[in-house]
Amino acid sequence: MTAPSSSSPLRPVIVGAGPAGVRAAEALVAHGIRPVVIDEASRAGGQIYRRPPSSLAARSANVLYGFEARRADAVHTAFDALRERIDYRPDSLVWNAQGGRLDVLHGPTRSTSSVPYSQLIVATGATDRVLPVPGWTLPGVYTLGGAQVALKFQGCAIGQRVVFMGTGPLLYLVAYQYAKAGAKVAAVLDTSRFADQLAATPAMLRQPAVFAKGVYYVAWLRAHGVALHGGVRPLRVLGDAAESRVAGVAWHDGREERTLACDAVGFGYALRSETQLADLLGCRFEFASLHRAHLPVRDAAGRSSVRGVYLAGDGAGIMGADAAEWAGERAALALLADGGVAVDTARAAMLERRLHKLGTFRQGLERAFPVPHDWAAHAPDELVVCRCENITAGTLRQTVAENGADEMNRLKALSRVGMGRCQGRMCGVAAAEILAHATGQPVQQVGRLRGQAPIKPIPIHLATPAPSTEGAGA
Amino acid sequence: MTGRKTLRTDVAVVGGGIVGASAALALRKMGIGVVLLERDLCGSRSSGVNYGGVRRQGRPVSQLPLAQRAHRIWGNLRETIGTDGEYLRSGHFKIARSEADMASLEQYRTKSRDFDLGLELISAARLRERCPWLGTRAVGGSLCAEDGQANPRLVSPAFALAAQRAGAQIFERHKVDEVAHDGKGFLLRSGNALEVRAPALLNCAGAWSGPIAEYFGEAVPLRSSHPVMAVTEPVPHFMDWSLGVEGGGIYCRQVARGNLVLGGGRGIALDADRARADRDAIATLAAQAVELLPTLRHAHFIRTWSGTEGNLPDHQPVLGPSRTTPGLFHGFGFSGAGFQIGPAAGEVLAELVRDGRSSTPIESFSIERFFAAAATAEDAAADKTPTPTSP
Repeated sequence: MTAPSSSSPLRPVIVGAGPAGVRAAEALVAHGIRPVVIDEASRAGGQIYRRPPSSLAARSANVLYGFEARRADAVHTAFDALRERIDYRPDSLVWNAQGGRLDVLHGPTRSTSSVPYSQLIVATGATDRVLPVPGWTLPGVYTLGGAQVALKFQGCAIGQRVVFMGTGPLLYLVAYQYAKAGAKVAAVLDTSRFADQLAATPAMLRQPAVFAKGVYYVAWLRAHGVALHGGVRPLRVLGDAAESRVAGVAWHDGREERTLACDAVGFGYALRSETQLADLLGCRFEFASLHRAHLPVRDAAGRSSVRGVYLAGDGAGIMGADAAEWAGERAALALLADGGVAVDTARAAMLERRLHKLGTFRQGLERAFPVPHDWAAHAPDELVVCRCENITAGTLRQTVAENGADEMNRLKALSRVGMGRCQGRMCGVAAAEILAHATGQPVQQVGRLRGQAPIKPIPIHLATPAPSTEGAGA
Repeated sequence: MTGRKTLRTDVAVVGGGIVGASAALALRKMGIGVVLLERDLCGSRSSGVNYGGVRRQGRPVSQLPLAQRAHRIWGNLRETIGTDGEYLRSGHFKIARSEADMASLEQYRTKSRDFDLGLELISAARLRERCPWLGTRAVGGSLCAEDGQANPRLVSPAFALAAQRAGAQIFERHKVDEVAHDGKGFLLRSGNALEVRAPALLNCAGAWSGPIAEYFGEAVPLRSSHPVMAVTEPVPHFMDWSLGVEGGGIYCRQVARGNLVLGGGRGIALDADRARADRDAIATLAAQAVELLPTLRHAHFIRTWSGTEGNLPDHQPVLGPSRTTPGLFHGFGFSGAGFQIGPAAGEVLAELVRDGRSSTPIESFSIERFFAAAATAEDAAADKTPTPTSP
């Protein structure tokens, strides 16, 4: 490993190498700093600009990213240009943070290290927001993000005849990407209505290019004969005779129940932020109604409530890839300025304006693709909410009724929801909706699951952090 | 002042952990009125986040009468609180890692002979045969077949629910801001929400008991401590016993779901209310776990956590009447070993309220011991300042 650069008092660490992390690193390097960049993936790019493993036959950026090819290329190129000027640590999971150090597990070598930091930029990204439907545990059901990763990273489709279901901009994007790649898209089932999108158009026109892309995906799918249904209520994923894999989907279209045969389902309701690291770092959280989630608080520049900790990208609130780039750069400038380095304040102000402007667009998106707020009301008792622990909606409701659980951590303690390998990262959203509905509270009242190390499971024999070979950062 | 509710009752209880909730339940069974105030959620602190060992073996002999009484309550758990709380008399095995440890376990068996613990010493050869999954450092140990384990996150809140069903008025998220005695009875206030008046008061506030004792002129050296806990993903079932190690360091058990629950070492306080596992403690726990149970080597930790316990220097609780204030009874400072004896401590407190005395010997837990010691120390060394009280 490289020694900390010269006598600089700044030894920043960036966690995440998606659009936010890459642009943050770029800004630091431009000011003569050599940051450590820790990335869970094997190649930088994050999820949206995920790169296939270098061993896979090269596919063009156009094939992989479509309209996003230019931006994806730009982020990848920016990162490749930084490669020698940063301390890049791919395949590395940050599983704990304490006392100015991160505990990191390097996957391929199964080795651990303790990485000190003087400042930290948390750019941990997002995963799908999952509101399950009966049958979602059948083989052949994927999240939208998972379906996209299969395509981009592994170069394969999740099935031959695929239904995409849920809501959010990703719904049409992934359907388009699948159809473009030659998969049969049997239908797109959107829980939001055409009227929602119409009502949201003025706000979405704040980002005309992004809006136009969305319109294009819908038009393209329609032109290619893909059935698009709005205002649906997913009822269940149907299994084959042996219930060994997906055979179709059933939904309610407002008038009647309908079914369609398929061999795979991609579903999701936009994204949720990965906030565990910010939580372990002690950042203050607040409920953000726009995101319908408890999120770490940050100022316009990306400063968290903890000195020296900065938040950027979807990990602190879903704003999309473009915003992540701006927020990453802005956070790096804040870090530099706070460390006494002169920065371009006009540039910083411009980035803040862009981010602010995006707020209106984001409100439009939420209006166009609202999370189905009645999801919990319709979730049947037998629906498995937490698949690690096999906890059903009925069990959660019973726990509320019998034990008076009215808060997420209490619900977890009494029912085991969120106690499995994902620690609530996947099931937490749905469990909170069920709890809020069962107790008649707004979802912000039920709180959030407290983050606890490890952020993701780690083998016991690797839970021993190796004594750091690096100079202490603080 | 508007909207503050005033309640009059027989006994006010501060703290909804296993001790306070058990006391409330026992009092209700005697027909005595109870109002219980809990600053957070009942059983959400040390009572609900501890390891879940339900063990008599290894306790100081002075605690064994209480532990035996608790043992009977645990045996009727479902009848008492309406759930089995995953309680199992799975056996508690204390491992010896040296001949000296083995000798010490043997001594303990002799010392505790009057208490029917049924301890069985197991030699190295038999141990290998019986538990091939134990690492080589175990050279033998002592089994208490009737000891076991339970799920604290289910059991402790269930005691509070049972008390509530029995008629106790329980107020969660009601921190006690003010406590006083007006010459006739106790007066408790929780913000502007609630005022409670009662002739008797139980101080069962765990790590937060210090200020109440101090208010009544009984400052004791109570410190917060934070155990480190960890749990693995579920693995195929291989172990029934709850394991401890002579001399301490690590303890672990396997739950019905297959997860291993492990504990050992000290965590760190985040603030007055919250704590978390410490990095070095996790590392030590991991190393010891692999040494003790090599089969765990490739299992994953999925969660670590901590809590806040009230610790006293001699690791014995304060359980009994106040030395200054009639009607005040303390039950705190269980020093990380209160889960098993908690239900009995609750019954004892209820007896003290009703009868002024307990049918179980509790002399060793008198709060007097701190003042007697201080007096002696002051006599011996006049220049020595008394131990300060933690907040």
